[in-house]
Amino acid sequence: MFQIIRKQEMAKGSIIRFDIEAPKIAKKLKPGQFIILRVNETGERIPLTVADKDAFAGYITIIFQVVGKTTALMRSLNEGDTIKDIAGPLGKPADVEKVGTVVMVGGGTGVAILHHVAKAYKEAGNYVIGIIGSQDIELLILENEMRAICDELIITTDNGSYGERGFVTQPLKKYLSERYDIKLVYAIGPIIMMKNVCKLTKSFKIPTMVSLNPIMIDGTGMCGGCRVKIGGKTKFCCVDGPDFPGNEVDFEELEKRNSLYLKDEKDSLLASIR
Amino acid sequence: MVLNDVKYLKYKTYLQTYCPYCKVSFNVEKNDLKQLKLNAIYKNQELQLTLSPYLDVFDVESSIPLEKDSILDDLICPHCGKSLISKQISCGECNSHVGEVIISAASKLIPFYICLKHGCEWHGLSKSDERKIKLKIPRQTMPEQDQTLRVHNYEEVPYGYTTELAMLEAGRCLQCKNPKCVAGCPVNIDIPSFIELITHETLNEAAKKIKERNVLPSICGRVCPQENQCEEVCILGIKDKPVAIGRLERFVADYERKMELVEVPVISETIPQKIAIIGSGPSGLTVAADMRKHGYSVTIYEALHETGGVLTYGIPEFRLPKSIVQFEINYLKEMGVRFELNHVIGPLITIDELLDNYDAVFIGVGAGLPRFMNIEGESLGNIFSSNEYLTRMNLMKAYKFPEYDTPKPRGNKIAVIGGGNVAMDCARTAIRNGAEEVTIVYRRSRHELPARQEEVHHAEQEGIKFKLLTSPIKYIGTDSYAVKGMECIQMKLGEPDDSGRRRPVPIENSNFIIECDMAIVAIGTGPNPIIFNSSPKLKRNKWGYINVNPETNETSMEFVYAGGDIVTGSATVIEAMGAGRIAANAMHEKLQKKLNHAKKQKGKKKQIAK
Repeated sequence: MFQIIRKQEMAKGSIIRFDIEAPKIAKKLKPGQFIILRVNETGERIPLTVADKDAFAGYITIIFQVVGKTTALMRSLNEGDTIKDIAGPLGKPADVEKVGTVVMVGGGTGVAILHHVAKAYKEAGNYVIGIIGSQDIELLILENEMRAICDELIITTDNGSYGERGFVTQPLKKYLSERYDIKLVYAIGPIIMMKNVCKLTKSFKIPTMVSLNPIMIDGTGMCGGCRVKIGGKTKFCCVDGPDFPGNEVDFEELEKRNSLYLKDEKDSLLASIR
Repeated sequence: MVLNDVKYLKYKTYLQTYCPYCKVSFNVEKNDLKQLKLNAIYKNQELQLTLSPYLDVFDVESSIPLEKDSILDDLICPHCGKSLISKQISCGECNSHVGEVIISAASKLIPFYICLKHGCEWHGLSKSDERKIKLKIPRQTMPEQDQTLRVHNYEEVPYGYTTELAMLEAGRCLQCKNPKCVAGCPVNIDIPSFIELITHETLNEAAKKIKERNVLPSICGRVCPQENQCEEVCILGIKDKPVAIGRLERFVADYERKMELVEVPVISETIPQKIAIIGSGPSGLTVAADMRKHGYSVTIYEALHETGGVLTYGIPEFRLPKSIVQFEINYLKEMGVRFELNHVIGPLITIDELLDNYDAVFIGVGAGLPRFMNIEGESLGNIFSSNEYLTRMNLMKAYKFPEYDTPKPRGNKIAVIGGGNVAMDCARTAIRNGAEEVTIVYRRSRHELPARQEEVHHAEQEGIKFKLLTSPIKYIGTDSYAVKGMECIQMKLGEPDDSGRRRPVPIENSNFIIECDMAIVAIGTGPNPIIFNSSPKLKRNKWGYINVNPETNETSMEFVYAGGDIVTGSATVIEAMGAGRIAANAMHEKLQKKLNHAKKQKGKKKQIAK
């Protein structure tokens, strides 16, 4: 049993932040790694990337968007409630080293994961440029945290309600064409965003890392449900990833695979509401 | 014949009669509507007896009623027509006249005589006669769930033997002086002894006899491939079918559990050393039980949220009920074995860190990384690895969706690629899940199917089709990225390969399409890299499995042992248990040496101090 020690609702309650007591995991977890959790006995196993951790206080921070039955159930939990199972840390950690100037691009809840990775890059002595975006000002998360980490931070919203109007690719393009010292781009967010970032960075020949979130069950390399095509080869996201060189990722396939269970998820959510 | 003696039979559901002249034995079964008719002479009149186990006394189809305690003058063997009643025999115990009884219940398989004076029971047969009778008993089949009903539920298919059937089957065992079956068993269960205990109806003792060597008998009795192990070498198998050792093992283990006779061994002495075990599958559980019995403190680390490894996530409910797996695991818990769930060894705790806190480590993580064929279209929707399909259905209980949250994979026409037990499990799960048509696609012929015959037979009974000598070369998808068919190629068998099986060779231009809206790839598994990423010291062979010393199962790291699929690649539950046993023995020996050495050192130091 893992206790929720802090709960925070973000973006009008559509995004939730939990600090969960998990001292063993907090001690070992590195940026980019994820956990698998199961809320209760009948629950499904869902992978969630960790946004932050405090090894000393013994907790991990997860931030998730309410999209299906499990995440809706998780929203109903409060401080003091417990989550039945958490396994981790899983996946390979982000390969953090000092490279110089890096651009951290995040969209939607992807900013949560990006935050952890950005923090590590900053601590490794890099000059960190942050670009984070969301559909609307209400859905923007971790602005202050990112501002504290990044040497420069650009914010975009699709509808222009805050920061620059448009997508994260616009300021990224500007940076890539103006600065020649950018050594790495990290992009975490919706598949379409990562795809477009990669398209852009490819033309500038800048190495780009992305963090993938395919369908997953056990998270330990056992089921193969999370298979993704990287450079034409099938890889398992849970043991070979979740971070991969973005230009080698077959995003179309990932997008299609991720949409396979949408109907089931909806049915399950509706059944739980009824 | 004294009818009262026959009353003895009334509680039995099985009658066995034997003619001492023609050596023919004949049975009357409970459900046998055609009851056995026997000619008899009673009070100098011929009459026909009907043997019926339902009745207190023999039912007589004649106008002459049989009186209670009346003596039959004669009973005629229906095969040779000779009298079954021998009046010349005297009792082996009290020497008085023996009134015979050649009719015996299943529990007294060998015909025996009953002394009229004292009621002594006495065998009047020579060893060779006894052997002849035994050889005539057919191998008993297990009653099982009706094949048309069972495809609609997930309940276990075979019901297991009844006591009567088990005793009858046990009676077939010749009790060889040099039993080959024991050597055929990877954990060397004393098979003849436990079978003999069954014939005496001392079932609890039989269960304890198995437990001396095997901690998971009700699991092994169900999933071991006995036909390639103990039963393969059974002498009876040369001319007839071997003794159904597996079914008997299952029977006594079930009996012990159902009758609540399971006794948790008392751990008398405790040893200060600690053992860590990675993985709660068959090999890990065996090591845990063995080491705990020696008195070590034992902790099992399991990556998933449920214990049992492949027994839980892999083998389906209808073949191995999860309540049984949990029962056996609870037995270990009661012995004092600790379980730590959700612990992924490697990223959470490295093996080196385990060695800081434990005196020895056993790696029994299995070979859980699914293999794919790497053909075009394999990432289409509704194509699953067998691991994913079974994990969803078994571990996550997707078959109970939406009561359980994990969505269940759905399809009407399902192709399962592969011919092993896992493929059969997937196919049989799919048909229970409501699929209209399930086809096993296998590249060799029927003879080479690696699955157990029993599983193939069950699959066929349940309406699963077999497309043999066929290999998929490409998947075809719909616009919405779901699979809709498979392009296959016809194969023929060529020369035998390294495994001794004939190699499948594609026949050119024999391509054809199999329609399917779901495919399950069950072509085997490989080693999971997750534990190796943090343990570069652990030496592996060219296939990626752990290298061990075969005599001790110790790895390249001292005090780190390994066994099961992570050493051998995909194999059986019992082989994993056998490997665990080897490791546990070696581990115990080495740890004892270390302990004694430490004691001596301490003693020396004390002497020096003096």
